[in-house]
Amino acid sequence: MTIHQLSVFVENKSGTLLQVLELLKEAHIQLIASTISDTVEYGIYRIICSEPLRAYEVLKDAGISANVSEVFAISLDNEPGRAADAIRSFSETGIGISYLYSFLLGGKGILVFRTDNTEKTREVILEKRLQYIEEENLVKMA
Amino acid sequence: MYLHPEVETLSRPDIEKLQLKRLKATIDRCMHSPFYKEHFQQCGIKPEDIQSLEDLQKIPFTTKQDLRDHYPFGLSAVPLEEVVRLHSSSGTTGTPTVILHTQHDLEEWANAVARCLYMVGLRKGDIFQNSSGYGMFTGGLGFQYGAERLGMLTVPAAAGNTKRQIKFITDFGTTALHAIPSYAGRLYEVMEEMHIDPRRDTHLKTLIIGAEPHSDEQRRRIEQMLGVKAYNSFGMSEMCGPGVAFECMEQNGLHIWEDYYIVEIVDPVTLEPVPEGEVGELVLTTINREAMPLLRYRTRDLTRILPGDCPCGRHHKRLDRMKGRSDDMMILKGVNIFPIQIENILLQFKELGNEYLITLTNLDANDEMTVEVELNDFTDDYGFLQNLTKEITRQLKDEILITPRVKLVPKGSLPVQEGKAVRVKDLRKTLI
Repeated sequence: MTIHQLSVFVENKSGTLLQVLELLKEAHIQLIASTISDTVEYGIYRIICSEPLRAYEVLKDAGISANVSEVFAISLDNEPGRAADAIRSFSETGIGISYLYSFLLGGKGILVFRTDNTEKTREVILEKRLQYIEEENLVKMA
Repeated sequence: MYLHPEVETLSRPDIEKLQLKRLKATIDRCMHSPFYKEHFQQCGIKPEDIQSLEDLQKIPFTTKQDLRDHYPFGLSAVPLEEVVRLHSSSGTTGTPTVILHTQHDLEEWANAVARCLYMVGLRKGDIFQNSSGYGMFTGGLGFQYGAERLGMLTVPAAAGNTKRQIKFITDFGTTALHAIPSYAGRLYEVMEEMHIDPRRDTHLKTLIIGAEPHSDEQRRRIEQMLGVKAYNSFGMSEMCGPGVAFECMEQNGLHIWEDYYIVEIVDPVTLEPVPEGEVGELVLTTINREAMPLLRYRTRDLTRILPGDCPCGRHHKRLDRMKGRSDDMMILKGVNIFPIQIENILLQFKELGNEYLITLTNLDANDEMTVEVELNDFTDDYGFLQNLTKEITRQLKDEILITPRVKLVPKGSLPVQEGKAVRVKDLRKTLI
């Protein structure tokens, strides 16, 4: 039910982001979505891409600190209010969202997120019949 | 167990008797040195005023500046044709300094190093690889001659070229290696990259580490990584080089060879002796050197004498591991801080790597310290990283009494230290 997210620990220094992107380019990894926050202390660059496990190996071999984690990705109709509906399902059961980012893909709104309770989140997704995305489909949609 | 049992096992009274005899002979020799002759005249001291070890305190200190001021041969106590070797410091802070050796001095230097290496179990038949720089740097030739004196096959691999260094270790079957601690960590990293397991693929059993202050945690980590026993070595070019003080197999303090040196520990500010067992600046007098004796030389190294007897049976005093240099001391908001205090804390966190950098800044006349430290295994868990940062900050504050800004950085982002590690960057501007 989850997809792989590649997280890269980037130094807050000009050129480090480019280095990561160049490596992924050379390895023909396709980026689907990515996000970076502007905290002063440490930068975590989170990426949804094709072949995340191979992408991880590529970065690791280049000496870059990265890891792969499991996140949820759900697909929503592209109309007002759908994100609110989805998030409400989690809030009602007391699930906290650790982080979330969203993007449009193939006419659908995609929410990528991690919660503080993976098991409960799975239950809610099944119970509320939320449209979750499998990794292989994500790449096909892109 | 002892290479020189007759001196290594001397009792305290016998050590002191030998020291006084050698001190008197040294002072007589000093009267041939233009520098000391003038020094003694100016202070109104005559050689016959020194009748006991306590009388040594009548003699003023010798400093690195004295060595610079009388560069190159002003401290020589023998005619220049008796000198067979000179070593010179890098002179990064101005005029270099020069240390001179007669043939006797070189022999005795090699004997001291051989004694140290024998003490940690090395014998003829061992293969000793030295990753020190050769040439003017005394860690090269110093260990070379000492290791050869012991009869070991000695590989002068010299500094740098880590892959070649590792190839020598595996090809020659190196059993003992001399490396500075930060370089030992680097060797392990490169071995990992080359898929070499030091325990399985090498015969390494003994590591000699020195020249750079390090903590016991760091030593234990190096031992674990490389599958060796690591012994701390202390030396300095002004005192020959390596072979001044060395750990025995107890790994608890470094025996300083008191048949070569008289040890004092003084307060670096008042220059008065500190009470027994307290930290201060190490002051050494050479008593077994011909070419260039040094009386009460201020080493700038901070340490203390460990109290009590060593189970190894040697009565030569033990120095605690170096606490840094009196000139490395940082003063922040009026608090004295040594980099080693910070290192000791950082090394207790298994999440952190070996590399760290301390940066001092002063914004609006307010001193601030930033500690950057490499994270070993990155995890995309913001809460975990935040808690780790908080915990490091708290422990540092408990130790140094001011709150530093702790920054976790990716592995490999701090400059790799192949030489003496630069751990402190002081970017503070003088406001006046």
